[in-house]
Amino acid sequence: MALFRKFALTLVIGIIAAMMLFPIVVTFTNSLMTEGEIDHNYNLIGQMINTAAGEKDGFVNLKLFPDWLTFHQYAEVLVHKPVFLQMFWNSVLMVTPIIAGQVLVASLAAYAFAKLRFWGRDKLFVIYLMTMIMPFQVTLVPNYIIVEKLGLMNTSSAIILPGIFSAFGVFMLRQFMLHIPNSYIEAAKMDGAGHLRIFYKIIVPLIQPGIAALIVLLFVDNWNMIEQPLIFIEDSFKQPLSLYLSRINEGARGVAFAASVLYMAPMVLLFLYAESYFIEGIQLSGIKG
Amino acid sequence: MGDKRYRGKILKLLRQDWTVAVLFLAPSLIGFAIFYLIPFVMGFFYSFQDSTVDGSFVGFDNYNELYASGSFRKAATNTFLFTGISVPLIVVLSLLFAILLNQKLFIRNWLQTAFVLPLVVPVASIVMMWQILFDWNGTVNVWMQSMHIERIDWMKSDWSMGVLVIVYTWKNIGYNIILFLAGLQSIPKDYYETADIEGAGRFHKLIHITLVYLTPTMFFVVLMSIINSFKVFRETYLIAGDYPHDRIYILQHYMNNMFLSLDIQKLTAAATLMVGCILISVTVMLSIERRFRKFMD
Repeated sequence: MALFRKFALTLVIGIIAAMMLFPIVVTFTNSLMTEGEIDHNYNLIGQMINTAAGEKDGFVNLKLFPDWLTFHQYAEVLVHKPVFLQMFWNSVLMVTPIIAGQVLVASLAAYAFAKLRFWGRDKLFVIYLMTMIMPFQVTLVPNYIIVEKLGLMNTSSAIILPGIFSAFGVFMLRQFMLHIPNSYIEAAKMDGAGHLRIFYKIIVPLIQPGIAALIVLLFVDNWNMIEQPLIFIEDSFKQPLSLYLSRINEGARGVAFAASVLYMAPMVLLFLYAESYFIEGIQLSGIKG
Repeated sequence: MGDKRYRGKILKLLRQDWTVAVLFLAPSLIGFAIFYLIPFVMGFFYSFQDSTVDGSFVGFDNYNELYASGSFRKAATNTFLFTGISVPLIVVLSLLFAILLNQKLFIRNWLQTAFVLPLVVPVASIVMMWQILFDWNGTVNVWMQSMHIERIDWMKSDWSMGVLVIVYTWKNIGYNIILFLAGLQSIPKDYYETADIEGAGRFHKLIHITLVYLTPTMFFVVLMSIINSFKVFRETYLIAGDYPHDRIYILQHYMNNMFLSLDIQKLTAAATLMVGCILISVTVMLSIERRFRKFMD
């Protein structure tokens, strides 16, 4: 009976889980079709069919499995569309400095918020939190003006610098640091260690899981960035991959699936590899410090 | 004598912490001020001026103009409507799935992964799928046709809001499930055992143990869901562009379009209003939570 219950529950959850995976799986299988097949299946998207004029009513034909298994789309994207690789590289060149910079800057600031006493500490932290929950558009104009004043317009720095200083890393690493007992720090002080020494000899080794979690979450968030480059980067050859895909969907639908798979692959692989860090990071951000 | 030395030590320590804190904070604080804090304050001031360059103070003129604008009211209504529908829905669904995932299951970890995976899939790479599913000639309509239901023009009718709710739920439900699972696993097992001995039913246990001890998690989940509901703009923008169907024209579209048409006054006023609304709802949530905590103690 208990076994039956377990089986039935698994089945129910399994069906819902399959629905969750459906768009991802279909994107993958469709990336193995020929361009012709894609075109044939989906050419009716966005078309109005005028039945009054005698046109035959039609539908798209969503297919799970390709008629012909082929890597043609991938070859097309990788070899014949140099702009794809260029923009993939642009994304890498934006996300990497953001992650490296934020881990460094945020871990220092998080130490001050978690382990040092100073006037206005908690108020300042609330201000950090406030900016974290606001939509990007809220500070669109002043941001634009500042980026322009700094002469960063149309450069990747316009994306990277705000990315480095976003409050998220400070918030998350502070949560991790609050779990480190103060007695460790007191003991180190007794031994005559200064704060910098305490920071990199005690704190940094202890929050390594937190840093790993932050890296995963930052990667996911910034790889996905759309609004900022849309505003700050005009030249299409400087833009990240997210914008390439939003354009390719309209035109070359035949290779969009392969491009999508290549775009999501780093995220999905990183997630499957570091799922426990990812989950720990989210759970810890939910625990009140 | 000893007292004096003691005090001197404390003062020294205080001074030390202060200076150290400044050094540790400085890199973050400088960047944070330039790219977040100052823009925030600037936006607030712009909303009361008639121009961003040498503007003069005009009181609430921008707000009055904003209120008179039909497209702003449309956008504000839609934003409230979307958050009002999608947040309760996603909280209930994610709680349900978390409770189910917390049972004894086969391949439990795999199932959990399936729910969390959409969280890491970039929006732009899945937009094609949404278009194929919800187009007038799309797959959902094919399914409906085969069940002899009249097809719906999903993206060009009020149903577009429904599509947005689906897209939002699909993407964010994993986040809430992770939080709820952590909450569920932190409830001590012996509470349930005691209830079993006292002969409590399954429903009784759900209401009086699970939900009560899950309430702090619930607050955070609701808060995060609201915040994430503002991020649905990415999806809307990629699926439907600058000017989507009236029903899914939300505040971010409005602000974006005001930006493109250089109507900075309306933009900053709208932004300030939005910030105000978010702050009020967060404050209300937090004060309810505090009251709940006192009540629990």
